[in-house]
Amino acid sequence: MLRLFLLLAAALFATGLYGALSQRAVVMIMMGLELMLNGVIVAAAAFWRYAAPAGGAQVIVVVVLVAMAVEMAIGFAVVSALYRARRAEMTDMAADLRR
Amino acid sequence: MTAVLLAILGPLAVASGLLVFLLWSMARVTIALLASFLAVGGLLIGLGLAYLGVVVILMMTMEMVIMAVFMVAYMENPAGLVRAASSGRRPVSLAFSTTVFGLLAAGIFVARWPHRAGAPLQARMPLRAGGPPRDATFQLGDALMGPQMLTMVTLGVALLATMVGAVALASGRGRYDRFGDDLKGRPPADPVRGGVGR
Repeated sequence: MLRLFLLLAAALFATGLYGALSQRAVVMIMMGLELMLNGVIVAAAAFWRYAAPAGGAQVIVVVVLVAMAVEMAIGFAVVSALYRARRAEMTDMAADLRR
Repeated sequence: MTAVLLAILGPLAVASGLLVFLLWSMARVTIALLASFLAVGGLLIGLGLAYLGVVVILMMTMEMVIMAVFMVAYMENPAGLVRAASSGRRPVSLAFSTTVFGLLAAGIFVARWPHRAGAPLQARMPLRAGGPPRDATFQLGDALMGPQMLTMVTLGVALLATMVGAVALASGRGRYDRFGDDLKGRPPADPVRGGVGR
């Protein structure tokens, strides 16, 4: 059963990775990152249930939830600053450092 | 019960996650992502983590509402008439993510995972001396207020820093706008006069 849950976590992670790599809109990239973290939550919960029933495994889920909240808050703030500065919501429009 | 939940909610979580990057309408994309999170929240409850499952469901519902507002505000076309993905990057991204999934799946089936043998979950949790039996929620609180206190404190500071940083980034007017380049301008050049009238 642990393997099935980990397989599900890997599928969610890979789906999010595809989104984070293929999308151009910052909001869509953030959605991809959220899906990747979603997979980590499933894996941590499965480990707690089937392999390591200590409280530390649950704390990993809490850490990932906080990481999601931080990512969303800072991500939206960066999008707001970027949009205010140059009306850009796509990553390609803010690639000055690559030039 | 857990196997049934996994069979139903697992494919639902992955399928709705895939729909996020296949649908065009931003409203549908947000609902698809929410469905994925709700499925994972249900799985957490099924695994015995009722508190964390409910937290995931409530937190992600609010987060998707906020995300929908931001999409309408910032996306080039929230109705979805313009696909957001770069067509040139799609095949490479698909190949890379498929390879990562293949490697992870291979590792999952090759590795020898530890097996937790013995009595069912609730019965295995030890009784606290003179206190109630430990359930999963109690165990989490006990860990956060005990051996994982440093983690809890660090998370709190990180969230506080996030709040400050998000407000500083998102705010349209900073201190240099209010007090000038040398920060010595008094009173501040605010569009609306505030304070107590001094």
